[in-house]
Amino acid sequence: MDLENQQRVKDLTEKHGKENLVVILGGAEAEASGLACETVTNGDPTFAGPLAGVQLGLACYHILEPKIKDEVDPEVYDEQVSMMEMVLDVDEIIDEVSTYREKYSQFS
Amino acid sequence: MLEGKKVIILGDRDGVPGPAIDECIKSADAEVVFTTTECFV
Repeated sequence: MDLENQQRVKDLTEKHGKENLVVILGGAEAEASGLACETVTNGDPTFAGPLAGVQLGLACYHILEPKIKDEVDPEVYDEQVSMMEMVLDVDEIIDEVSTYREKYSQFS
Repeated sequence: MLEGKKVIILGDRDGVPGPAIDECIKSADAEVVFTTTECFV
């Protein structure tokens, strides 16, 4: 996750409060998506950015997860996401993101 | 679970881009407070 966005997430968390925020990812790969989830929950694992050592514990999901998909207007989802849903490794992405969420998120 | 929440969107140029997620989240009655499209690679 780039350093500028880490700072944005940190600032927005201070402004709105951890319990009111949800991070939604759109990553194409499981590993990168998991890394982003880890960054907003347990801190930057590379220790390079503003979230290094900062455990925000935010709720974090991938847009492909059923829990999120079920809340979106089906027509909108179909139009905006279904194409990528067909080509991405959905199970692997969900597995990776949920692993970090279950481990480090303080909210759901 | 999204209703009434404030949402940060981290889209991916090679996956689902920020604006596409933005449309979805708005349809779920949540407030988007930041949208970006990263290149994760």
